[in-house]
Amino acid sequence: MPKITFIDSAGTARDVEAEQGSTVMESAVRNGIPEIEAECGGACACATCHVYVEPDWLEATGKAEPMEEDMLDFAFEVKPNSRLSCQIKVRPNLDGLTVRTPSRQG
Amino acid sequence: MTETITTDVVIVGAGPVGLFTVFELGLLDVRVHMIDILGKPGGQCSELYPEKPIYDIPGFPMVTGQGLVDNLMEQCRPFSPTFHYGEMVESVEALGDAISPRFLVRTDAGQVFDTKSIIIAAGGGSFQPKKPPIVGIEQYEGKSVFYAVRKMDAFMGKKVLIVGGGDSALDWVLNLHSLAERVTLLHRRDAFRAAPHSVNAMRDLVASGSMDLLLGQITSLKGAEGQLSGAVVKHDDGTSTEVDCNVMLPFFGLTMKLGPIADWGLNLHENLVPVDTEKFETNVPGIFAIGDINTYPGKLKLILSGFHEGALAAQKVTRYVYPEKRVTFQYTTSSTSLQRKLGVA
Ligand SMILES: Cc1cc2nc3c(=O)[nH]c(=O)nc-3n(C[C@H](O)[C@H](O)[C@H](O)COP(=O)(O)OP(=O)(O)OC[C@H]3O[C@@H](n4cnc5c(N)ncnc54)[C@H](O)[C@@H]3O)c2cc1C
Ligand code: FES
Repeated sequence: MPKITFIDSAGTARDVEAEQGSTVMESAVRNGIPEIEAECGGACACATCHVYVEPDWLEATGKAEPMEEDMLDFAFEVKPNSRLSCQIKVRPNLDGLTVRTPSRQG
Repeated sequence: MTETITTDVVIVGAGPVGLFTVFELGLLDVRVHMIDILGKPGGQCSELYPEKPIYDIPGFPMVTGQGLVDNLMEQCRPFSPTFHYGEMVESVEALGDAISPRFLVRTDAGQVFDTKSIIIAAGGGSFQPKKPPIVGIEQYEGKSVFYAVRKMDAFMGKKVLIVGGGDSALDWVLNLHSLAERVTLLHRRDAFRAAPHSVNAMRDLVASGSMDLLLGQITSLKGAEGQLSGAVVKHDDGTSTEVDCNVMLPFFGLTMKLGPIADWGLNLHENLVPVDTEKFETNVPGIFAIGDINTYPGKLKLILSGFHEGALAAQKVTRYVYPEKRVTFQYTTSSTSLQRKLGVA
């Protein structure tokens, strides 16, 4: 199973095993990763699953769709590498993916 | 002061669960007043996911959030409930006793209801504006930072900074630019979610020099004693500028907050209201809680569960409203009396 690393705002890293076909958000929630709220359960309707994708991984994760960009307007401290983790599908090429979580969601 | 409205039941929250309960109460001849802080019915379904499909409403293989709300409105129409939109229920005062409850319900608009029972269908709480996490923003709130516009005159001759890229932000840009000394719109990117004609109108104003458009995000505020004097904005290229402004209107969408319900004398468990599973009544006789706001062993936060809860709560409400009447069980398919109420017989 692909491995994903979440680094929280204080710098603590946590590794999780992610199921293929699930989303990065779901992998976080299933493993109790802090700083991911995911209030809407992955419907791209709350912007509380905001993460920063580490620069090395930007190409593999791809770009946000227009709907996701719209929702990112409701997140705070949005950066060029900001994504909503419920919109990133876990695929084999994301094995080793590293994302950072912001100190505040919504 | 508006007149006190006397009614059988006040429903707090016009989400899907509250709306279906209006129908159930209507079949039982109970008069309903509904209150929601939003300007429209539907709660989460219409506010958060109007166009998304729902697949687990019994009998509907697929229906969108807004589609469900439209159907629920159609279904409760025969009972002509009164809706009070744009008002938040603030306080509840108990007057009666456990046998014949009576309450005074007050909204932030000053409306008072004298009611025999209350059904709280408040979902995740009332929708309230999201506050940007800017250090020290609290000291300006209500003085020079506003999340909603009450009186436009207050912005006359002011330097107004409007933040956001949706319809609220754009609407206020267009409404205020002629009244204010200067309007600046700040958004994180050069793409807007607002209606295209508003975006075009805004771009025309920028082109003619009547207002400013700035791309970036606020990092800090400047000012003293609640009076804003400027905002520091960081741009994507890492540079910062300071915007001269004395009023800021941030529009970052809505979030749900439990709000005043916490002060109504109800038991709470992790911001949810515990109820029994026979009548969905709270620890206060005459006050019911249904839908996402309640909790009990086995609770599922599904629309489907909320509908069931509303139907059972309606039975008990009817006993408070008509203590003498025997409530007989009837089907809408076969009961002429129910069909007459629905206007189909
Ligand atoms: C993205 C998303 C997808 C979902 N998908 C599904 C699904 O597929 N199936 C499913 O069954 N459920 C789904 N849900 C959950 C479903 O939407 C909720 O269970 C449902 O909306 C709860 O209805 P409700 O009437 O209890 O409350 P809400 O819909 O939350 O409505 C409550 C209303 O009460 C108002 N209110 C609260 N307090 C006050 C006050 N003091 N004064 C005035 N007004 C007040 C609020 O403003 C709000 O409008 C989904 C939710 C989300 C966010
Ligand atoms: S979980 Fe709500 S937007 Fe991702």
